[in-house]
Amino acid sequence: MARQVSRKTLLQWVPLLVLFVLVIFFTALNPAIFSLRNFARIAITSSPALMVAVGVTFIIMGSIDLSMEGAVSLGAVVFAFSFRYFGGSIGNWGWLALPMIVVFGAAFGLINGLIHVRLRIPSFMASLAMGFVGTGAAILLTGGNIVKVDDELFRGLLTVRYLGSPIMVYVAMVFLLVGAFVQSYTTLGRNFYAVGGGEDLAHASGVNVGRVRVMGFALAGAYYAIAAILAVGKIGQAGSVSGANFMFVSITSVVIGLPDYVQDGMLGVLVIVAVVLSTDRRAITIMK
Amino acid sequence: MYQPSKVEKRFPGVHALKSIDFEIKRGEIVGLVGENGAGKSTLMKGIYGAYQPDGGTVLIDGKAVGFANPRQAMEKGIGMVFQEQSLIPSLSVMENIFLGYEQHFVRFGVINWKAMATAARAQLAKVKLDIDPAATTSALSFAQRQMVELAKVLMLEERVEGDLVILLDEPTSVLANDEVALLFKLVRELTSRASFIFVSHRIEEVMELSDRIYVMKDGAVVDIVTKGGAQVEAIQHKMVGRKIDKPYYREQRQKPYDAGKVLVEMQGVSLPGRIDDISLTLHAGEVLCLVGTEGSGREAILRTIYGMRTPKTGHLAIKGRKVTHFGPRHAVEQGVGYVPRERKTEGIVAGMAVYENMTLSQMGRHSRAGVLRIAEERALARDWIKALSIKAANEFVDCGNLSGGNQQKVVLAKWRSGGSDIMQLDHPTRGLDIGAKEDVYDMIRDMSDAGLGILLVADTLEEAIGLSHSIIVVKDGMVQKRFNHASGAKPSLFDLIRHMI
Repeated sequence: MARQVSRKTLLQWVPLLVLFVLVIFFTALNPAIFSLRNFARIAITSSPALMVAVGVTFIIMGSIDLSMEGAVSLGAVVFAFSFRYFGGSIGNWGWLALPMIVVFGAAFGLINGLIHVRLRIPSFMASLAMGFVGTGAAILLTGGNIVKVDDELFRGLLTVRYLGSPIMVYVAMVFLLVGAFVQSYTTLGRNFYAVGGGEDLAHASGVNVGRVRVMGFALAGAYYAIAAILAVGKIGQAGSVSGANFMFVSITSVVIGLPDYVQDGMLGVLVIVAVVLSTDRRAITIMK
Repeated sequence: MYQPSKVEKRFPGVHALKSIDFEIKRGEIVGLVGENGAGKSTLMKGIYGAYQPDGGTVLIDGKAVGFANPRQAMEKGIGMVFQEQSLIPSLSVMENIFLGYEQHFVRFGVINWKAMATAARAQLAKVKLDIDPAATTSALSFAQRQMVELAKVLMLEERVEGDLVILLDEPTSVLANDEVALLFKLVRELTSRASFIFVSHRIEEVMELSDRIYVMKDGAVVDIVTKGGAQVEAIQHKMVGRKIDKPYYREQRQKPYDAGKVLVEMQGVSLPGRIDDISLTLHAGEVLCLVGTEGSGREAILRTIYGMRTPKTGHLAIKGRKVTHFGPRHAVEQGVGYVPRERKTEGIVAGMAVYENMTLSQMGRHSRAGVLRIAEERALARDWIKALSIKAANEFVDCGNLSGGNQQKVVLAKWRSGGSDIMQLDHPTRGLDIGAKEDVYDMIRDMSDAGLGILLVADTLEEAIGLSHSIIVVKDGMVQKRFNHASGAKPSLFDLIRHMI
């Protein structure tokens, strides 16, 4: 048993160890990588992916959500359009687009969940289909073009730095903590675990399993919307490809980051994994 | 022939095996009994190589051996027939039998299925099982699979030199009586081929089959009984270290119930194909037992009251209020608690902490605006851990790691702490050892004293008679007979069985 415990602890730390090894390895090849500036860049790359990953944690206990790419693309495009509609600046009424898009994302997730629960369609099919709907709608709205968002205040997410990191990194951190709070300190979070641990059992304990599932999808949708805002903030434009690649990074982060799904401090591991995955890409880009 | 001596095993905080001496002779059947946690399974795992002992020696024919894994133990002729069957359901019978030993049938890199089928048939003949070796394992009955499992171990006979020792872990727990008789007959015949170690909760069966019985308690062998050398009660006494008799079911604590306070009233309830025209009344403080054979409708009655099934006709009233919406959530709100038979899938969430499990059905009570008051939950869990003497280091322990008895206590605490006053218990003592059973009996009396109504489906008829104020015998979904009795004036086993079948 002693061996098992240490093995489990080791597993928990593997992502962090990998991060260290990666940093050392790439620094050896190119010392420019080991700089505060570059770490900030990695943090920026990780932020939207991290939000998607946090969203996924609400669902992956028992179901799976594959709609994130479409959800983020559509969210980004709708955000960009409504931002411009409201005056194109945070200073004007543009800020309205921020809460609006989060509500929009939640509604998108809600529909996703309702289709899964009410129509009894397996979650991976329902969510994958909703993802395609999202991507398709984004293409329809933009006509395949790119929508620019160049309000200086909004771009402040990226350009204004505090202690070396741009604001968006802190925004991501705050919402990460909110996610952790929901998981650990709310009835909803507890219900996610219970449903993941055993649907029959949760049902037999008087938990409304269907409602919990739908709420999980809605919450995930809201996080995808936050990811969309950060993604737009990062490059200053939205398009039907805004959500590309998020599926792999986020699901990998969650699956590697949560070895046995229920674990304290799991969101911490998740951050590390998201960062590892982004580090890899970032470092290789620099090497080229 | 096979002889572990002075075997020691320690886990963090537990001395699981204390200098165990064990011996099995050629062709012998040795029983192994003990409460849960007495060290039976640790000893078994040590024998078939899943654990490596920390101290002591294992001798086979006088030569010291050591196994790093079960495969090495198998090479020395020690095979295990698992309680949770270890066959792979999607493979054919012969593939299962020769799993890991396919090499003997490979020619030019290809498996010779014909040769394997012939060899499998020979193995199946040893256990007198006449089935097609190419049949898919999942298509077999449970008893047949058990036999295949035995055949799989007997396959070692041709593969290894020396004698076979076969471990049978709770082989009878899911078999019907006639199947048990068949198994025993077979095992006796097979003693010409192998020695057996037989582990079971059912002491009567162990006594019937074994030549000698090792009694374990707290990680040590406390007695070795030879066949016919002791009564069941004497062995039980040694297992628990105290006597078990009449007060076992806490009959002396049975008090009359409050006939003026009706908690559940069922009137002519029918579920087509399950139950037909069932009426019953449950009073405060009453223990009402539903007695019947498997599939007689006992479970359907419980599930109807718990709202998991909606009756076609008839009506159900809980505390005088007619139930119109059937659903577990409504039932829980009305104060109905349900301790299901399948503890693992419907009782507790493995992976969640003890305190999280306890408040699972009543989180609303411990939260404001959806935010949980965790300190309060933990305090509640600590109180109940103490009140029911649950063996858990603290309230954060993963429920899945508790023993069966303690898991059952957590489930009971879940409902009681939530203020449920109608408790439905479906086989609450199934799979528990004697000490844990007694704890459950005490808890049932406590609940009855506290004015709860208890609807019980007992594990044995003795249990039903011992615990109940009233008994309803159901057969084919219909009420056959009602008994209402005080302590000391209980119906006999015969009275019940007569109406059951």
